[in-house]
Amino acid sequence: MSDLNKMTIAAARDALRAGEVTSAELTEACLTAIDGADALGAFVHKTPEIAMERAKAADARLQGREEAPAMCGIPVGIKDLFCTKGVASQAASRILEGFRPEYESTVSQNLADAGAVMLGKLNMDEFAMGSSNETSVYGNAVNPWRAGNSDAGLTPGGSSGGSASAVAADLCLAATGTDTGGSIRQPAAFTGITGIKPTYGRCSRWGIVAFASSLDQAGPMTKDVRDAAIMLQAMCSHDPKDSTSADLPVPDFEAALTGDIKGKTIGIPREYRMDGMPDEIETLWAQGTEMLRDAGAKIVDISLPHTKYALPAYYVIAPAEASSNLARYDGVRYGRRAALSQGDGITEMYEKTRAEGFGAEVQRRVMIGTYVLSAGFYDAYYNRARKVRTLIKKDFEDVFAQGVDAILTPATPSAAFELGKTFDDPVQMYLNDVFTVTVNLAGLPGISVPAGLDAQGLPLGLQLIGRPWEEGDLLNTAYALEQAAGFVAKPAKWW
Amino acid sequence: MLDLTYQPPKPKVIAGAKYDWELVIGMEVHAQVSSEAKLFSGASTKFGAEPNSNVSFVDAAMPGMLPVINEFCVEQAVRTGLGLKAQINLKSAFDRKNYFYPDLPQGYQISQLYEPIVGEGEVLVDMEPGIARLVRIERIHMEQDAGKSIHDMDPHMSFVDLNRTGVALMEIVSRPDIRGPEEAAAYVTKLRQILRYLGTCDGNMQNGNLRADVNVSVCRPGQYEKYQETQDFSHLGTRCEIKNMNSMRFIQAAIEYEARRQIAIVEAGGTVDQETRLYDPDKNETRSMRSKEEAHDYRYFPDPDLLPLEIEQAWVDDIAASLPELPDEKKARFMGDFGLSEYDANVLTAETDSAAYFEAAAQGRDGKTVANWVINELFGRLNRDDTAITDSPMSPAQLGGVVDLVASDTINGKMAKDLFEIVYTEGGDPAQVAEAKGMKQVTDTGAIEAAVDEVIAANPAQVEKARENPKLAGWFVGQVMKATGGKANPKVVNQLIAQKLKD
Amino acid sequence: MSIDTQTAARVAKLARIKVEDDQLPALAQEFSAILGFIEQLNEVDVDGVEPMVSVTPMRLKRRKDGVTDGDRQDKILSNAPDAREGFFAVPKVVE
Repeated sequence: MSDLNKMTIAAARDALRAGEVTSAELTEACLTAIDGADALGAFVHKTPEIAMERAKAADARLQGREEAPAMCGIPVGIKDLFCTKGVASQAASRILEGFRPEYESTVSQNLADAGAVMLGKLNMDEFAMGSSNETSVYGNAVNPWRAGNSDAGLTPGGSSGGSASAVAADLCLAATGTDTGGSIRQPAAFTGITGIKPTYGRCSRWGIVAFASSLDQAGPMTKDVRDAAIMLQAMCSHDPKDSTSADLPVPDFEAALTGDIKGKTIGIPREYRMDGMPDEIETLWAQGTEMLRDAGAKIVDISLPHTKYALPAYYVIAPAEASSNLARYDGVRYGRRAALSQGDGITEMYEKTRAEGFGAEVQRRVMIGTYVLSAGFYDAYYNRARKVRTLIKKDFEDVFAQGVDAILTPATPSAAFELGKTFDDPVQMYLNDVFTVTVNLAGLPGISVPAGLDAQGLPLGLQLIGRPWEEGDLLNTAYALEQAAGFVAKPAKWW
Repeated sequence: MLDLTYQPPKPKVIAGAKYDWELVIGMEVHAQVSSEAKLFSGASTKFGAEPNSNVSFVDAAMPGMLPVINEFCVEQAVRTGLGLKAQINLKSAFDRKNYFYPDLPQGYQISQLYEPIVGEGEVLVDMEPGIARLVRIERIHMEQDAGKSIHDMDPHMSFVDLNRTGVALMEIVSRPDIRGPEEAAAYVTKLRQILRYLGTCDGNMQNGNLRADVNVSVCRPGQYEKYQETQDFSHLGTRCEIKNMNSMRFIQAAIEYEARRQIAIVEAGGTVDQETRLYDPDKNETRSMRSKEEAHDYRYFPDPDLLPLEIEQAWVDDIAASLPELPDEKKARFMGDFGLSEYDANVLTAETDSAAYFEAAAQGRDGKTVANWVINELFGRLNRDDTAITDSPMSPAQLGGVVDLVASDTINGKMAKDLFEIVYTEGGDPAQVAEAKGMKQVTDTGAIEAAVDEVIAANPAQVEKARENPKLAGWFVGQVMKATGGKANPKVVNQLIAQKLKD
Repeated sequence: MSIDTQTAARVAKLARIKVEDDQLPALAQEFSAILGFIEQLNEVDVDGVEPMVSVTPMRLKRRKDGVTDGDRQDKILSNAPDAREGFFAVPKVVE
């Protein structure tokens, strides 16, 4: 009974249908695990009543005559960035204190419609801006993994740090995340789990607090690739309420998992070999390459010449869009409004509300974004960055046109680092995203698969990047890699 | 079809303390699109609802909300462009105009700066018969309207109603071709007329559905011609923008005031600050709107929630094929087919409904006569009752019936006016009413002659005076009309009296 | 690219975020560091390259005209910090 929370979605799916377990039991096991895991700072709003209600409904549905969807009865965590009706949805920000949406995001509604059980909301970096979940109004999320004999708290990565921590610690069977520059893939790599960001437009953005509109995508964070395929399918849909949502049918992603990648061409991009890259990462990447070769894939060296400009381009485009998307947080219609002094007018209200409500990193990015869009700089920064983005996308298009099916790269430049590690300047933190931002800029699907442990016993992940709309194929290649890597390690419970 | 040619009006000249000055005016007219729902959300555009009840989560800019474009609003913008003989841009895009204001929930307005849906067009502004100003349209773009802030309900607070937020607007931008306050009002009048004909905007200025930002500058005579040669705006003087004008009368007054204000500054050796101003109708003056800080930096950039809008030529062609006859064409046709004067044609085509009424009444009749009746009798009567022509108690057929009775000499002109009033207030078929009320004209020469003889015989002194002063014959006509109960055919009476007085 | 405190103050104002005077120098320095990083983009030859407009080329979806939303004043106001008589109340705006 107490190990039910350690199940995968696929195993639970079978067990539920075989009558070996009920959703109520699964849910209770997760709720118990959650209650004992406050030290992880993963779940920030717990919804046990809603969870048990939905579990009950799921159990009834599973008994019914109609075939229930795969996610029916599966307990999951929802990142705080998703608006969940009647339940606190703050994007981990003080400025959304007390906000309870009167609507449900399309993605979380899709999961609810499929019968999934919401356990609660998960910690994240404020407004999804960060790579270590240290900017949250709720406090840090903590990695369930620890290095060697050290007691030092490690970051689970960000921005979907709470989601990653929760899945890795078996507090839920899976969780939703969002990814704008790597916020699913990097935390997945830091916590030894699987995370996929689909092609831009696969998942609806309606009801997800917007950070950078042209980069944001929701995706599943799961214990393995099969689970990712199952959950991704449930999350995706064409949404007429989102003008950037693709009007394409959602394939059966799980059906693509044959494990057979014979004849597939895997590209190894030379520009991802960075100066000062830790040996362990380099080694893992080489090992991953061999695994795919052994599985029958053809390995080719490729060039993505504009790779090094992806981070600077991202740090123009994302803050610019964010500065505009976050203008609505002004204390007028929802969220927190600053206490005002005698004589304060509307301008003072805006300025105080936003200064008190936004954390330092959010303020920094909003202001950078404001600056790069301001008069006289639009061409020099924003327009130029968009042109570089075109070139980055074209790099990938050229490579795919040459017959490459997927691209293998490291997921992160290091294993999880210590919480509270101060960086001399903000740019140091940004370098965490160096391997992942290219994928958002090009709108491609990308997945992180745990592939090994470093010398300190911390998980390391490898990233696969696929062709637009071919998540099934990408998941299959990831499946093959996962099989070959045989990563089964779990963090030792200290919480 | 009649091909009318026009002369442009002379630009207005204002005499300053030292010099003569001319005005240069350009206008940005914001026209609210007639549609059921808003531009990017499904909330209603109906006026007068309870505060914040025509508001969707998208309009309220709740977290995670996204815009989806209303195709009909696009269609209306295309229709407007076609009606203004403008170029339709098959590819256009949306940009965000970023600024903070409580009635702008998103903190940005979705507009079209870089690639508007409509390009260059033109409006012919009739001033007087034969005199018209051709005003060039630079562009038309779609944008969201803002909500309403009420500042005078409370000493410390302002109140925000988002009902209007997100309603589709067409911003119609003219080139600086307008040269005087009367021209400016006439331009807005003409534009409004065209939009109403097209059905793309109801032009209700009271409700704020049509409003204008007026750009005014002054220049010395000769400078405008230099601008026309070189396209260099510096010849036109520094302009100020007077925002949110929604009255023809105030537009003219504001321009007058502003022009004189600028002239006074320049003649005193100063320079006009380029700024935004508001017109105060109570004080009849314009006031600077600009806050002490610097002007807005709107940080325009393409809206990443929306893809570029690409419309098909075939769709545009369909819209073009469905355009109604526009004011200029209708006016020319009325002048050509019905022989109307330009003045009368203008009056009748001011609204589609009056034109339709006239045309129905004029079928198979003399156009000029019908025009006379419609303009002088019907319009006057409707105005007295504050009734719209669409609610006219007298139908085109009934009016036509009255006209027919006069044309056939069945009743005389005066009787006809009485008949008109009766049919208007009581209804009925004019011929039958005339018959029933015994209004038919007496044309029997014998009967009339008898009446004439009687009056002449009874008034010998008048006869003498009339012989000396033929003008006094009218008195006899009046007497005969009285004697015949007003039914004698005046033409015949006149003839007989003239004849008899000579004898 | 070095950003001075005056510029930092102007940007904070544009973004409607109150930054105390004594925090401006640090902020300006952070901006300078980030913008310095971004300057790398100037190395790229972008001659003749179109700025990316949409990462996934698609036809813009259009809605049919019709009232499908609104008429929910209570839900629109339910999260308001200060709602009165159906309006959002804010400190006085001076035109």
